[in-house]
Formats: sequence, C-alpha cells, structure tokens
Amino acid sequence: MAKIIQVGMADLKMTRAPDRLMTAGLGSCIGICIYDRAIKLGSLAHIMLPSSLQAKNPENMAKFADSAIEVVIDMMLKNGANRSRLQAKIAGGAQMFRFSGESDIMKIGERNAIAVEENLQKHRIPLLARDTGGNYGRTITFDPETGDLLVRTIGHGERII
Amino acid sequence: MKKGGRLHKAIRFAARCTERNREYWSGKCSNRTGTDGSDKIDMTVPQVSILPFADVPDLLGGADAHVVGIYFIVTGPAPTSILFILSAEKAGLLVDMLMQRKTGETDIYNLSEIEISAMMELGNILSATYLNALSMFTQLTFIPSVPALGMDMAGAILNAILAQFGEIADHVLLLETDFTKDQDEVVGHFFLLPEPGSLQTILKALGVSF
Repeated sequence: MAKIIQVGMADLKMTRAPDRLMTAGLGSCIGICIYDRAIKLGSLAHIMLPSSLQAKNPENMAKFADSAIEVVIDMMLKNGANRSRLQAKIAGGAQMFRFSGESDIMKIGERNAIAVEENLQKHRIPLLARDTGGNYGRTITFDPETGDLLVRTIGHGERII
Repeated sequence: MKKGGRLHKAIRFAARCTERNREYWSGKCSNRTGTDGSDKIDMTVPQVSILPFADVPDLLGGADAHVVGIYFIVTGPAPTSILFILSAEKAGLLVDMLMQRKTGETDIYNLSEIEISAMMELGNILSATYLNALSMFTQLTFIPSVPALGMDMAGAILNAILAQFGEIADHVLLLETDFTKDQDEVVGHFFLLPEPGSLQTILKALGVSF
C-alpha cells in the first residue's frame, strides 16, 4: 500500500516509492525535495529559515536551509543514494504579509529561496525545477517514483513541476 | 457615510466592551458589530499553551485550511505579536455583517479594497479590546502596529510569523482566545505570541513568580 507521509513545519522525512511525501501550507517556508531517481529514494525537508549560523539554538537541523540539506544528503547516502545522481526541486518562499513599512522579517521567503539555492549549489545538486515567490501558500506532494512535484494553491492554480 | 458610521458604531461598542473588561475578564466581554444588537461576539478566557511549531497549524484546522489572518506587531515594554485567525467562510460572514449585506454575498476569493479594510478594522477592534484588557491587568503599555492581512492556507500564514521566533526557539507560547457568536459557534482564534523575555515581563506584572 502506497502511503502519503506528512512532513511538518521544521521537519524532514525520507521515503521510497511507491510512498509519497507531502507538506501542507508552505508560506515563507520552503519545501526542498532531494531525490535519487535511479533507486526511487526521495526526501522532503520543510525549512523555515535561511541559516543555522545566526541561530541561537541550531539543534533542530530541519529548521534551516543549510543544515537541513546536509542532513538530507547524509541520510540519503546512507540509504544507498549516489551523490552524483541527486537532484532537487523546491517550492515555497512566498511573502505572506504586506506591511506599509516593509521589514526584513517580511522578506524571509525571498531570503529562504536564495539560501536554499546557494546550499544546493554548494553541494553540487542540480535544481531541476522551482516554484517560489509570490504572495500565496503552497501545499506540495512529491513522488519519488516519477520525481514529480505537485504544487497546490488556493486561487493560484495547481501544477506539476 | 453609512458604512463608515457602522464601523464607528462598532468601535464605540468595542470601547464600551473594554469598560466591561475592567470589571471582569471571565468570558463575558462582547463586541457588537451589528446595529440591531443581534450580532454579538463573545470572547472566551485565554488558554495558555506551549507548542512545537509543527503542531500550531492543527489548532487552525490543518495547515492547508483556507483562513484569513490579521496580524499586528505590538511594541512597548513587553513586545509581542498578535494573530487573529478565522476561517475564510466566517470572514465572509463577518464582512456581510459589517457591510450590511445578505449572508453569503461576499466573495472571499475576490475582496475589494473596502472589504479588506473592513476586515482589518475588525482586527483593530478585537486586538484593541484584548490589549486594553491585558494592559489593565498588567499596567503595561501595549502599542499595536497597523494591521497586516493575509488570506491563504493556515500553515502558510503561520510560517511567516513563526519564522521570527524560529531563530531562538523551537516552541512557541500561545495565548489563545476564541471568539464565539451566539454562545457556541466559534468565529475565530486570537493568538498572542510574546517575544522571548516578554512573557517574564507580563507574568511579573501580574504578580506571578516562577
């Protein structure tokens, strides 16, 4: 029986096909899917912040773009993935609130997206597709079987990237 | 202006409500948003909970529930944030009420400027009421920002707010108050998210030692 595994906020999970991974309500957060298509092993990390370096408590590795990507890669290699076959797709990084005086906090989505891309590049993982930015939330489902990432929104359509 | 008049009336009711809040918090404070007095919104006693980030969206009916969120940054000696969340459907009904329309007439997917403004005003009234009451108890000053409005998935709206707390914590402290109409029907949830350190200030002001 194929399951759909839920990934919470500041959380990460790994699975094999036919199971799928899902995370609901991505706002400024980003869902990072890293997968090895050859062995149908996929992971999904729901990160909240760009960097663990500025954080006062970096214990939860899944919360930050840099540490989450490291943990995921480690976990996947241990489970038989080949580093050179790893690929990534990302979604999220929206700006949910508009204040008249825009503060840094409110641009967190954009900063997250940049940090995720930089970290993927650092680990030489090709980013095959992205659906980031905008001012709306996303619910995503990743299928390690096909590598398809289904993005659902409220009022902004549904797409597979 | 009829619509404006109605809003002002609502604000006056809120002010009166604050008066009542001085006497007792225990659940009977009410805001009247309707002119005929039939549309009464009650506020429950706040519940305090400390939750991991991942569990917060569940309070709001799941991370992908469609909601309207009105958000305030509160400054002063005990900085906090306020988030008032209600389901899109309930938000539509409240706008109907404020704009003197028939029930179900507001298209929540396609709000006009005046409708958004009405929603924000509602948030202003509720948060002012709440903060006044809190101020009375603690003798602290709370200064709310202008409201920011978001309409989307509950998780998505929370992300943006929780991210601020994320650099320092994995858990968030919530003071949750439900707004109910006609005794039982929950209209929305009201969250107070104290910044680290603010909670101590508030508790100390309340005379709680720990």
